[in-house]
Amino acid sequence: MLELKNVNTYYGVIQALRDVSLHVDEGEIVTLIGANGAGKSTTLMTICGIQHPRSGSILFKGKPIHELQPNEIVKLGISQVPEGRLIFPELTVAENLDLGAFLRRDKDGIARDMEYVFSLFPILKQRIGQDGGTLSGGEQQMLAVGRAIMARPKLLLLDEPSLGLAPIIIQQIFQIIQKVNKDGTTVFLVEQNANQALRIAHRGYVMENGCITMEDSSANLLASEKVRTAYLGMEA
Amino acid sequence: MDFQYFIELFFGGLTRGSIYALIALGYTLVYGIIGLINFAHGEIYMIGAFTALLVAGLLGYLGFPAGGILIVAALAAIVWTSAYGYTMEKIAYKPLRNAPRLSPLISAIGMSTFLQNYVLLAQTPDFVPFPMLLPDIDWLLEKFNYVLGPSDFFILVVSFITMICLMLWIRYTRMGKAMRATAQNRTMAMLLGIDANHIISVTFIVGSALAALGGVLIASHMGQINFGIGFLAGMKAFTAAVLGGIGSVPGAVLGGLTLGLAESFTTGYVAGNYEDVLAFCLLILILIFRPDGILGKHQVQKV
Repeated sequence: MLELKNVNTYYGVIQALRDVSLHVDEGEIVTLIGANGAGKSTTLMTICGIQHPRSGSILFKGKPIHELQPNEIVKLGISQVPEGRLIFPELTVAENLDLGAFLRRDKDGIARDMEYVFSLFPILKQRIGQDGGTLSGGEQQMLAVGRAIMARPKLLLLDEPSLGLAPIIIQQIFQIIQKVNKDGTTVFLVEQNANQALRIAHRGYVMENGCITMEDSSANLLASEKVRTAYLGMEA
Repeated sequence: MDFQYFIELFFGGLTRGSIYALIALGYTLVYGIIGLINFAHGEIYMIGAFTALLVAGLLGYLGFPAGGILIVAALAAIVWTSAYGYTMEKIAYKPLRNAPRLSPLISAIGMSTFLQNYVLLAQTPDFVPFPMLLPDIDWLLEKFNYVLGPSDFFILVVSFITMICLMLWIRYTRMGKAMRATAQNRTMAMLLGIDANHIISVTFIVGSALAALGGVLIASHMGQINFGIGFLAGMKAFTAAVLGGIGSVPGAVLGGLTLGLAESFTTGYVAGNYEDVLAFCLLILILIFRPDGILGKHQVQKV
């Protein structure tokens, strides 16, 4: 469904991604794990067209998207829940969700998806008239995920959804991600929390200094000595 | 201190303030979206007044009735001036979108000087009379004991209706929501499929349209215009925007009205020549003691 081929992305003269190649197939949950600053968020921003690769190509459903503008990429069915959630603090919960469906015109479908989001996160329905900025961290993350779902994406990109949240909330968010995946959305999950991410993902990639250094099934990565010592904080 | 005099000063201040507010909205909308003080905004207002003058002159020559001239001239000014605002952003600010903040600011000052001198050369350096186009509403003003003139009445009504429409538009329409989202976080707005370039263009168009309306109204009120009227009006409106809290739409309205009232009462009770001194003293004092303005949010510096 999504394929990156030898993608190189720069910030000015600094190279952030080096020959990144990876693929996400339809129906999968694929995770990209790695340390802070490895280039995980840049990978997502490059997919979404906020950054453009200097070389290499990105294909979505076989068509190149690396020269498209962000709004065109959203239209094709790729939504991102960015790092730090980026809720609009002075818009209400309802307005935040509405904006998730900004490019859609099907009123009935939008209303149905709004109910779907409320079924996933009932707390958002209670907070519907509140400003996004008044929500707790966990609620904001739920709102960010809900807002992305409102675009009815075929591919959902998530950047560190567990960041700064209590373990019980993290559990809940990861369960929802699995549910959304089962309901038909392909998921590409970027995480520092390698343990949690690998538990729900089918496959995983490890990124270091802008390069993909490992690629395997989640079970194999969880068992790998290198991943265990470097990312899971366990003794070898 | 008689009451009639007080009320006259009050309405005079409101009239003046609502014009400041119309222009201040342009500053605050643009600042909210791209963080730029558009110093050429006052010139946009001046061009609005000139466009209306030229169109009104042509229509008058062709023998149109006064009421029709006013409406057509105002609409023409709004459309033409919006085109100026749109083009200005594309030429002077868009190429500098990722440059250091000082660069577009200097570009704005350049644009302001360019537009003033362009109008000076293309039109005239002298003040030119602006036709009296507002309809006679003496029967209505009589009921108000003549505390305000016909132009004051029109300025108040038109500008308040416009500002209310603008606020409803920002609050409830799809475009208005997209605009607020872009102001709060441009990257996130883009990730939701909002075309930021389009929103920025719309912001300049709306701001320019409001300034053009202000220009037409004030020109009808003052009865004469020249190429330099944009400078002082722009500075006053900028003061109003800062006073209310730059980036805040209700703040711009509140700041404009406050400044207008303060000037009017200073003129009436203290000394007639001190209104500009007051306005800019106010600007300095706000910047020192309350840089976020009346309704502005306190900017937290993230380290």
